[in-house]
Amino acid sequence: MTLSGLQSFGIQFGQYLIYGLSIGAIYALIALGYTMVYGIVKLINFAHGDVYMAGAYLGFFFINFYRNMNLPGAWYWFAALASAMAASALLGIVIERVAYKPLRMAPRITALISAIGVSLFLEYGMMFWQTAQQKYYGDLPPLIKDTTYFPFNIFMVQKQHIIVFVVAVVLMIGLYAIVQYTRAGKAMRAVSHDREAALLMGINVNTIISATFALGSALAAAAGVLFGSFYPLKPLLGFMPGIKAFVAAVLGGIGIIPGAMLGGLILGVAESLVSGFLSSTLRDVVAFAILIIILLVRPTGILGKPSGEKV
Amino acid sequence: MLLQTDKLTKAFGGLIAVSTVGMEINPGELAGMIGPNGAGKTTVFNLLTGVTPVTSGSIHFDGKDITALKAHQVTALGMARTFQNIRLFKDLTVLDNIRIACHLHTKYGLGAGLSHLGRYAAEEKEIETKALSILSVFNLDRRRDEIASSLPYGAQRRLEIARALATDPKLLLLDEPAAGMNPQETMELMKTISWLRDKFKLTILLIEHDMRLVMGICERIYVLDYGQLIAMGSPAEIRGDRRVIEAYLGEEVS
Amino acid sequence: MMKTNALFKRRWFVALLRSFILLIVLELLIMFNFFNGFWVLTIMSLFTNIILATSLNLINGFTGQFSLGHAGFMAVGGYTAAVLALNFAPSLIKAGIIPSLHNVTLKMPWGLPDMFLPFAKAIAPGGIVLLFSLLLGGILAALMGFLIGLPTLRLRGDYLAIATLGFGEIIRLTFLNINYLGSASGMPGIPQYATVMSCVVVAIITVYAISNVVRSTHGRAMLAVREDETAAQTVGINTTRYKVTAFTIGAFFAGVAGALYAHTFYLVNPSIFSLLKSIDVLVMVVLGGQGSIGGSIAGAVLVTILNAFLSNFPEIRMIVYSVVLVMMIIFMPHGLLTVRDLFARFRPKAGEPDNAAPDR
Repeated sequence: MTLSGLQSFGIQFGQYLIYGLSIGAIYALIALGYTMVYGIVKLINFAHGDVYMAGAYLGFFFINFYRNMNLPGAWYWFAALASAMAASALLGIVIERVAYKPLRMAPRITALISAIGVSLFLEYGMMFWQTAQQKYYGDLPPLIKDTTYFPFNIFMVQKQHIIVFVVAVVLMIGLYAIVQYTRAGKAMRAVSHDREAALLMGINVNTIISATFALGSALAAAAGVLFGSFYPLKPLLGFMPGIKAFVAAVLGGIGIIPGAMLGGLILGVAESLVSGFLSSTLRDVVAFAILIIILLVRPTGILGKPSGEKV
Repeated sequence: MLLQTDKLTKAFGGLIAVSTVGMEINPGELAGMIGPNGAGKTTVFNLLTGVTPVTSGSIHFDGKDITALKAHQVTALGMARTFQNIRLFKDLTVLDNIRIACHLHTKYGLGAGLSHLGRYAAEEKEIETKALSILSVFNLDRRRDEIASSLPYGAQRRLEIARALATDPKLLLLDEPAAGMNPQETMELMKTISWLRDKFKLTILLIEHDMRLVMGICERIYVLDYGQLIAMGSPAEIRGDRRVIEAYLGEEVS
Repeated sequence: MMKTNALFKRRWFVALLRSFILLIVLELLIMFNFFNGFWVLTIMSLFTNIILATSLNLINGFTGQFSLGHAGFMAVGGYTAAVLALNFAPSLIKAGIIPSLHNVTLKMPWGLPDMFLPFAKAIAPGGIVLLFSLLLGGILAALMGFLIGLPTLRLRGDYLAIATLGFGEIIRLTFLNINYLGSASGMPGIPQYATVMSCVVVAIITVYAISNVVRSTHGRAMLAVREDETAAQTVGINTTRYKVTAFTIGAFFAGVAGALYAHTFYLVNPSIFSLLKSIDVLVMVVLGGQGSIGGSIAGAVLVTILNAFLSNFPEIRMIVYSVVLVMMIIFMPHGLLTVRDLFARFRPKAGEPDNAAPDR
């Protein structure tokens, strides 16, 4: 390979890497919700991808709402982000209470079906309400939407990718801090480990479960707003990212928070590299291929511990 | 020698649950395994039956090396077991629990299964006859269509033993068969176990905490503590063994 | 779900009689054009759904393996039928291996007496091609089931569900990316060889075969796998072998259903065999009652009717469907007909002998 060939490969690799990290950050945010919920109630929340979608649409509404208030600078975007997160947290709590709580003691397939029902409800409810027509966030504050490229030495990075990555990382750090250092976070980890023991310790398990759903949904909504700021909205936009984020959670180790972050980033980068260097139609295949490989080789994930059955 | 283990060891990560255990069971023997809770007795059963993989050492059964065999293969060779905490097929009937155990010796294939032609009818009749005859030994034949989980505790225990017997074993492993029984039931069980050994020409190895039962019917006793075999011998020898008394029996044993 | 033999034989005879009567009634109605096109298609998809639901029930309900990839097997069957009918049938007919259906004087194949001709025409106007289609579709799907089952059936519970979901999607994505198979637009123009009668006959054969398996020693082995895998192993059952067997048999019939679908709707494309289809079938099984053949039939009927009824209101169709789904799963989690309910009628009172309830 010639030197300039190597150079251009390196530049391409770098571009794909950056793009992959940014999309991976979005997957990571969604994956966190999956992993926290699975950790605490052992449920694969099928509807989680649609909470991400709802968050994107909520961001859309709030952006339009706040835009008219003439807030200084980029504040209206951040306000929309925060509001969408709060509203989604509420949505998550409602979903849990209505569709999952009654089935807490039922076999898991039952709860999974309920989750599927909620997912369908959100998708087609949104389709009915908003029609399948694509929506756009429209004008965004220059801080966010500025389409300047940063010439980092040899390659160009789109600002949007940086914004997405930075905001996502900030949120993930925030989550990690909550889970590790606050009482509520410790309670969440306790309930994940052993619900009965936590109950006997005086932890209000119902509240903690609701809080977990709230946190997960808020993060998914943030991912949705980040996505919606730069891409068009459609009611079914949550379907594929939802599945992929779940794959990311499994990849990193289902139930393990740093695992979701790691898995999301790895998946995003893998997708980007395959799509860039091989073929864009193979994009979706990457996620499933990773899923199959990880389930066959190491089902507990990269950061997971292998477990056995006690006879 | 029907069953022999040589330096049988099982380690779960850093924890050594069973450590270089060597046992010998002769055909027709009624042997017992005792020891404090957590000593590794059930783990030994799991190793013998192929439920848990062996870390090192070997197991020979009926002349063959079964160390690496899977559970269903071990059962096919003639070793059956019951479980400490009763693992019946809860939602199935009593009859079905037994019939499933007869599957091992059933020969008709999927073709007959899908069409109910060929050997289906004849073999199903054989299975039902055999199952009912085993159930009647345990006085459970009249309960044949009841759901296993609805049986009283004692009946469930009997059913589990019946199910193990239906696989036509040479060696029967019983894991705490007297758990949860009152003294009278235990006496009945003792008689039943001896009788089973004689009638079905079995070899029996059992785990128990009830000393009356163990000292009463076992011809040879193995004592496990912290995964190691600390003593082996007849009931009289075990009763007097210093190490056993310290580890498990306590000073006041008559 | 084992009842005494005599009792079951009687119920079976009644069911068979009922379905035979249904067959005759349906055929008469169709001959007199009682149903318009939409309803004919709906009835045909009802019987296809019965095949799908019963076959999935074998895997999920009887063997306890949570499979979310059934649509993938259906896709294999459907595409096989399409390729066979569109690409290979003409050459096979020319070579004389299968009889052509464009003969003016349709004759019974293989020298069977001609008096059966009208009956045969009613069942399969496409003649042998349909039979080949179904069998080949089923066999290829079964092969896929075997290949997928071997590695994935080591997983348990949720992990298995996700793995099967993954494989189902991989199959769909593969078909989506193959140009020979029409990519996104699929393969239209498949001759409509299926009729209501053929759908009913295939459905009856499927239900018969699967309920036979369930009431055999192999079926009991599968139940044992569901109840307690470790205990099943210790009574001599090769649990992996039976999981793969159930999976393969289920995949076979899903492939047959897929081929039937292709010849009913004369079209196959990747979006038909999506995760939503797998979910549809799962819903039929769970709502009807897992582990109950009658339940899968009931579930298939319920979901088909629900979908047909709702197709008049396309915008709110899925919303209503999803709400019904969530409510049914919360308030009737065991489905319409389940092992428990059936047994509640037949089970004698257990417990102490002198604890006799008056009417039992």
